[in-house]
Amino acid sequence: MRRIALFMAALLLVSGSVLADKIRIGTEGAYPPFNMIDKDGQVAGFDVDIARALCAKMDAECVFVTQDWDGIIPGLLARKYDAIVASMSITDERRKAVDFSERYYSNSLGLIAKKGAGIDPKNLSGRTLGAQRATIAADHASAMAGSDAKLYDTQENAYLDLNSGRIDVLVTDRLPGYDWLNSDQGQDFEFIGDAIDIGDQIGIAVRKGDKLRERLNRAIEAIRADGSYDRINAKYFPFSIY
Amino acid sequence: MNWNWSVIFDNLPQLLEGSLLTLELVFASVLVGGICSIPLAIMRTSDNWLVRGMPLAYTFFFRGTPLLVQLFLFYYGLAQFEAVRESILWPYLREAYWCALIVFTLNTCAYTTEILRGAIQAVPQGEIEAGKAIGMSRFNLYRRIIMPLAYRIGLPAYSNEIILMLKGSALASTITLLDLTGMARTVIARTYMPIEIFFAAGCIYLLLTFIFVQCYRLFEQRLLRHQRISRPA
Amino acid sequence: MFDLQGFGDQLALGAWMTLKVAMGGLLLGLLLGIAGALLKLSRRRALYAIGATYTTVIRGLPELLVVLIIYFGSAGALTQIAGWFGYDEYVELSPLAAGIIALGVSFGAYATEVFRGAIQAIPRGQIEAARACGMSGAQTFTRIVLPQAWRIAIPGLGNLFQVLLKDTSLISVVGLEEIMRKSQIAISNTKEPFTFYFTAALIYLSITIIVMVGQRYAERWAGRGMERRAE
Repeated sequence: MRRIALFMAALLLVSGSVLADKIRIGTEGAYPPFNMIDKDGQVAGFDVDIARALCAKMDAECVFVTQDWDGIIPGLLARKYDAIVASMSITDERRKAVDFSERYYSNSLGLIAKKGAGIDPKNLSGRTLGAQRATIAADHASAMAGSDAKLYDTQENAYLDLNSGRIDVLVTDRLPGYDWLNSDQGQDFEFIGDAIDIGDQIGIAVRKGDKLRERLNRAIEAIRADGSYDRINAKYFPFSIY
Repeated sequence: MNWNWSVIFDNLPQLLEGSLLTLELVFASVLVGGICSIPLAIMRTSDNWLVRGMPLAYTFFFRGTPLLVQLFLFYYGLAQFEAVRESILWPYLREAYWCALIVFTLNTCAYTTEILRGAIQAVPQGEIEAGKAIGMSRFNLYRRIIMPLAYRIGLPAYSNEIILMLKGSALASTITLLDLTGMARTVIARTYMPIEIFFAAGCIYLLLTFIFVQCYRLFEQRLLRHQRISRPA
Repeated sequence: MFDLQGFGDQLALGAWMTLKVAMGGLLLGLLLGIAGALLKLSRRRALYAIGATYTTVIRGLPELLVVLIIYFGSAGALTQIAGWFGYDEYVELSPLAAGIIALGVSFGAYATEVFRGAIQAIPRGQIEAARACGMSGAQTFTRIVLPQAWRIAIPGLGNLFQVLLKDTSLISVVGLEEIMRKSQIAISNTKEPFTFYFTAALIYLSITIIVMVGQRYAERWAGRGMERRAE
């Protein structure tokens, strides 16, 4: 019995004695093309490529941890990882809980609906709006629809329900929306109305007061300067998203 | 760890609002599931293997797979098919509320069916024979002898099933519903204080369970009042 | 039967992870269940109260909530405890460990009642006889009580294990890559929710069938001393 207890104890405790240059990156893994999990179970996407490039510049070893979106800041605060590279918008609300690096890309919001559905983006009363929970898109959807917006755990699930017609309009970040509209599933859909530019900037979140922030900022500058950022950008989008 | 009480009190109204949806889902699914389980349980005790086997396939599937899988299969899975999206049922199936209600009902009905089957089979043979001997029809036999006895035998297990359903209803939060857990997760998405909010939600669940257990005990005592030994005053 | 579009291997890995977390939860839960039963059978009121609080609280909380609380709460609590012992380091649980603990704690609360019933079913006279032979309390427990309690407890424990097996799906919400999580990953790549959730359901059903068969063997094994009387 004692041996079992010892074995369990050994199995359960993961000492967090963070080795000097091992940085754990939290990401969602359900937000293509920024972060997703491929056929081999590996994380991939724009965020992941950027994080790898930053780690290379910082001479650090990167380990990726996937975490559901609505637990992603609590996970950082609970020290499940040291930085969030998951297309997170820099907002004042979040600033109360975490520190952000400088931006690594910019974003605006958009509305997606079925082609030819004749939905007026200026008048959405009576339409079912959807968005991913705990995002700025969700805040907007709730503001536009009153309290009736449907909020999803993942962007993926929101796409599934847009496809099945459970929601009429998806409020989303424009860049992942752009990527989805170019995929097989998005063929019958389109952006309606203009991009909603809210000056949204995407940054890397770290715990308050963490020195990692300055290192990340220097690394972002470095990959911008040496062209590795542009190479990653070109892999996903034919225009600059910085 | 800094514990923050005010975040709990500030968000209590929302959590209580979520609790109402939780109670509504549990109450409706347990009620409908309980009624549907009666014919199925009687089928399960049939001598004919085909009659016995059909409900078995149903209860085996719903008792052998996680509620979460059933919920996702029903909510996201069915919508994969064009035929489902064009059927007359779609107005209901497109609502997360109805999907949750249907899946919870099917799930609790499967468990209740097996509890009731066990109870029916535990009814003493002599009672049934006595009923037959005085010329009761099959229907009367079930109505007057077998089912009342089976309900008493199955009562304790049934109470457990209802508590399991109450706890299982937390999964409604995974398909966009704002039940108690869904509300808690939404509040956490805004406040980033999972421990405090989950603690508060946990207390509400415990309170609900406690109230239910007390009520059920009174109900049980009333149903079994003939068994109480009357003490001399 | 289905076209899994190359995600079969991933699902198999997920099934293996499900089995690992289930077995870990079972082991921990059995230990907690035995400990809980001893507490609840104790004549000391304080010990009884600990056991009773444990079972009441855990059995009243949704398993999903237990999983979330342990995953998010454990890091702070562990670091605090490590601090008391003079370690300044940061300690945390992996999703696998958090899952095993959550499932084990849950299983243990229900198993407490099963073990308590089983221990109480052992005739008082046997325990008195063992003590009269000069066995210590611990010896009486491991030699006389436990071997017999197993036989009575196994059907109940088997049912609880089936519940635990299904509850493993909840660990997917904290990122453990078990069957459910792997299915979701496959779905995000293929957009075929029905195919993969149905496959997941079939995998759970097959594991349940294997557990049921195993349970029957375990019952026969634990009851081997009783066979002659079973005529």
